[in-house]
Amino acid sequence: MDVRTSALDGARWAPGAFGEALRQAAPIVLGYLPVGFAYGVLALKTGLSPLNAVLMSALVFAGSAQLIAVGLLAAGASPLSVAATTFVVNLRHLLMAASLAPHLRGWPASRLAWFGFQLTDETFALHSLRFMQGPPRVAQTLWINAVAHGAWVAGSALGVAASAAVADVRPLGLDYALPAMFIALVVGQVRGAVHVLVGLAAAGLALGLHAAGAGPWSVILATLGAAALGTGVSAWTRR
Amino acid sequence: MDQTLIFLTILGMAVATYPVRALPLLALASRDLHPGLRRFLGFVPTAVLSAMLAQGVLLEDGSLSVGPDNIFLLAAVPAFATAILTRSFFGTVAVGMGVVAGCRYFGL
Repeated sequence: MDVRTSALDGARWAPGAFGEALRQAAPIVLGYLPVGFAYGVLALKTGLSPLNAVLMSALVFAGSAQLIAVGLLAAGASPLSVAATTFVVNLRHLLMAASLAPHLRGWPASRLAWFGFQLTDETFALHSLRFMQGPPRVAQTLWINAVAHGAWVAGSALGVAASAAVADVRPLGLDYALPAMFIALVVGQVRGAVHVLVGLAAAGLALGLHAAGAGPWSVILATLGAAALGTGVSAWTRR
Repeated sequence: MDQTLIFLTILGMAVATYPVRALPLLALASRDLHPGLRRFLGFVPTAVLSAMLAQGVLLEDGSLSVGPDNIFLLAAVPAFATAILTRSFFGTVAVGMGVVAGCRYFGL
């Protein structure tokens, strides 16, 4: 096998890898710029300083958790309760990281640690599709994350800069960018009837648990339940 | 607002988020997992994306909304059709945002 096509091509951050990463991350950029913009506007209107608003995007990099945190800060919540809520809201990333881990066999710990820093719903969804097509290239994978992170920070900064001029943060359907992206990504995931069943079960459980008052726990509980159902059904139909 | 306190809050959020993302990778990447667990983890992407999508599209201000006045739900129909027929990210995102923008423009 050509050394350059092996899974561990990526110690070097080759320019070719960057171009390909830019192409693959384009849908995420398209989604992150407007949502980051909305976050930036909201953060400043809530009373965060421009520096802190952008720092949160750089250091935390978690779309929904940041919007929730800004809402909590506006309501006067304590730092501890904001951090605790962030923890629960982002606990789903535990399952996402675990499901990607088998594809990252052989990666050095430093690269795994860096990959984890930029693991979001969107980078996860894209990588879980990419990794189905074979062992991931390290450089390309990390560049995709860097491009996504850059777009998120840039969108936030633009929102911060434009905050004073923007009255409504829902211009022209931009707030639908991420739901639409999830639709494209979930359709890409589905392979066969069991996946359709798992998707429908997860959707139903997420809504049911939310109605039952599970709040920020509802997504992770629905994920566990639906994935367990899929595992059970596929084991049963295999016999 | 006290910006120092906000900065400490941001650090707290980072500390609450990062280990959750990194520890499973570091713990599991070079381990042979039980086939049942691997199969379970293989269903996680579909499950977690569907759960988040359902809440994003079907909840409005925290309560269930399945009527024709839910623009996000209306836009999901052509967006799903585009995704299934074309497998195009850009097409799906463009159709979804276009329908939402159109509905708002015409005051639906």
